[in-house]
Amino acid sequence: MKMNGAEILIESLKREGVKHMFGYPGGVVLGIFDRLYEDKDIELILTRHEQGAVHAADGYSRSTGKAGVVLVTSGPGATNTVTGIATASMDSIPLVVFTGQVPTMLIGNDAFQEADIVGISRPCTKYNFLVKDVNDLARIVREAFYIATSGRPGPVLIDLPKDVTAVKAEFVWPQDVKIRSYNPTLEGNKWMITQAAHLIAKSKRPVIVAGGGVILSNASKELKELAEITDIPVVMTLMGLGGFPGTHPLALGMPGMHGSYFANRSIQEADLLIAVGMRFDDRVTGRIDAFAPHAKIVHIDIDPTSIRKNVRVDTPIVGDAKRILAVLNKVLKEEIKEQWGEVRNAWLKQIQAWKKERPLTYAYSEEVIKPQFVVEKIFELTKGDAIISTEVGQNQMWSAQFYKFDKPRMWLTSGGLGTMGYGFPAAIGAQLAHPNKLVIDIAGDGSIQMNIQELATAVINKLPVKVAILNNRYLGMVRQWQELFFSERYAHTKLDDTVPDFVKIAEAYGAVGLRATKPSEVEPVLREAFKIKRTVFMDFVVDWKEKVFPMVPAGAAIDQMMFDEQKEKTEKKLKAVK
Amino acid sequence: MRHTISLLVENKFGVLSRISGLFSGRGYNIESLSVGETIDPQISVMTIVTSGDEQIIEQILKQLNKLIDVIKVVDMIDLDHVEREMVLIKVAPRQEDKAEVLRLTEIFRGRVVDSGPKTYTIEVTGDEKKIAALIELLKPAGIKEFIRTGKIAIARERIKKPSV
Repeated sequence: MKMNGAEILIESLKREGVKHMFGYPGGVVLGIFDRLYEDKDIELILTRHEQGAVHAADGYSRSTGKAGVVLVTSGPGATNTVTGIATASMDSIPLVVFTGQVPTMLIGNDAFQEADIVGISRPCTKYNFLVKDVNDLARIVREAFYIATSGRPGPVLIDLPKDVTAVKAEFVWPQDVKIRSYNPTLEGNKWMITQAAHLIAKSKRPVIVAGGGVILSNASKELKELAEITDIPVVMTLMGLGGFPGTHPLALGMPGMHGSYFANRSIQEADLLIAVGMRFDDRVTGRIDAFAPHAKIVHIDIDPTSIRKNVRVDTPIVGDAKRILAVLNKVLKEEIKEQWGEVRNAWLKQIQAWKKERPLTYAYSEEVIKPQFVVEKIFELTKGDAIISTEVGQNQMWSAQFYKFDKPRMWLTSGGLGTMGYGFPAAIGAQLAHPNKLVIDIAGDGSIQMNIQELATAVINKLPVKVAILNNRYLGMVRQWQELFFSERYAHTKLDDTVPDFVKIAEAYGAVGLRATKPSEVEPVLREAFKIKRTVFMDFVVDWKEKVFPMVPAGAAIDQMMFDEQKEKTEKKLKAVK
Repeated sequence: MRHTISLLVENKFGVLSRISGLFSGRGYNIESLSVGETIDPQISVMTIVTSGDEQIIEQILKQLNKLIDVIKVVDMIDLDHVEREMVLIKVAPRQEDKAEVLRLTEIFRGRVVDSGPKTYTIEVTGDEKKIAALIELLKPAGIKEFIRTGKIAIARERIKKPSV
């Protein structure tokens, strides 16, 4: 049957099982929007900014495992997606982003709303296409979804010139997709896996370091089995939170710059690291030549370029984490059959001692709301059963430290790129995919203002997203660095009187605004917000002096940690009172 | 350490910029680059000369392999191979040097492809050493212009040694 390009596009999306997409219309994509207008199978959510559309698709993808889909217009519509695409690219999130383009014959003419988005997005996409012939369109859509979701996932962009979406062609859906130059390795090398099993058997102080790859490959079950059969403690990078149950006795939380004392000490003392789906980011390793000095490293990753990029690796295993861990567990159970309990006792005891020595805590106050207290209360009230997104900065680190994720795909945060303004639209995308789940964006007063316009999207689509703003009237993480490393000179981080009244903003958009200024008000505000089936902004007026600890200064080894001295004094006092 | 990397790539628009972007985005330098179609017009072959320590070269090879339009990557350092480059050299010798220039051209199996009242244009093909040697010898005669194609490389046929 003959269809025009817009119809071919929509039919192709249906074949890919797309139910929701996010976007913003404009001149050259009017034809596509017109075809989507009355379509019953695909719902397009209009965001209020193209960046919001991409983050929403990203949150949709992280919470479901499916590719997120975006449709925007040419020129500014396309360039506005770049931050969202780069965010997804750094965290390996599968997206398919459609951008409109000026008609083929005008490309390169500096036409109205023309941007070379294929050129602009090249370094931050996994792949991108410019469709020059409508006959290629269906195949390109098929290939784009395949590339985005296979191997190490990532965003793929398809640029659609206006004329290509208008001319007619026969719709031919390719049965199969095969790209001769793209064949990701999935099965790990058996010999390497056996070697890893022997290293595990020999090791006395092993640690598993789980990253976002565990979540992307749905390997949580296999990872848990590995940890449990071998009694190996697990640290999770920021991206890996939820890949292993946070409340599990073997869970050590996050390592790195704001990691826990016991996670970092464990890595530094370990004789074996089993890294799964993580890439030894500088925020994890600290000073690279002082990282895990005693450890042999087994590195499991689907991307060969991640291996030996930052650290030396003794046993590299390229492939899909889920498949490799399944084989590794089998080898350990059938060939090694070690009794681990005895061997691990001393090591686990040592880690327990570190946990006791410096647990993750903060100094509670009766007078002023501590931001960590808000996060703890959210965890307590939701019992860990909520999808949590964050912005970037202190709000993100406190959420990572004090909310315990037991399940994967419940934690949405911009890890690699560190994009302020990510959390709110991502929560909107996740809420759309999970209408009956509680979805909470833990935000800062700085970050939330970067995509605050998406309040309209949440309200109009009746998405009951909750936003908990930890309002300290500062760009808190930068202020913290200024306090510690720039002699308390707070250059351009004090927002203070310019912070808007978030309650009024929420109300102006038709959402609900709540405020807590005292610690005793935190729980009632949260309870009320969770009860209301509408979009809610919660303004928590928190202690501006609070900092994220522990902290490893940039460039230091990860066991060179700074702690909150004030907190320790208060704790001693509290103990004396008790 | 200098490496000659041979790539088979899809012959599509944008492929060159993906490859050059890979180098520039990581601060690696391309010392020479040559591209041309293979017998199969859908496939191009590229020869890239670059340098770096072992870890950088490993990253370059892996990153090239990761590019979706790249079909095959070969680091020629691992293989017995033949390398060639062509240069065109425009020399403006003094009257008394002209004979010497022509003699050198002959020794290096080059050809004079153009001559004017003041200049000769010499074409020479060879490996890196040969071309460097000729340039050194021609410098005193006065090189006006100089252009090179960039290196191309091909692996030699592997001959199986008879087992003893």
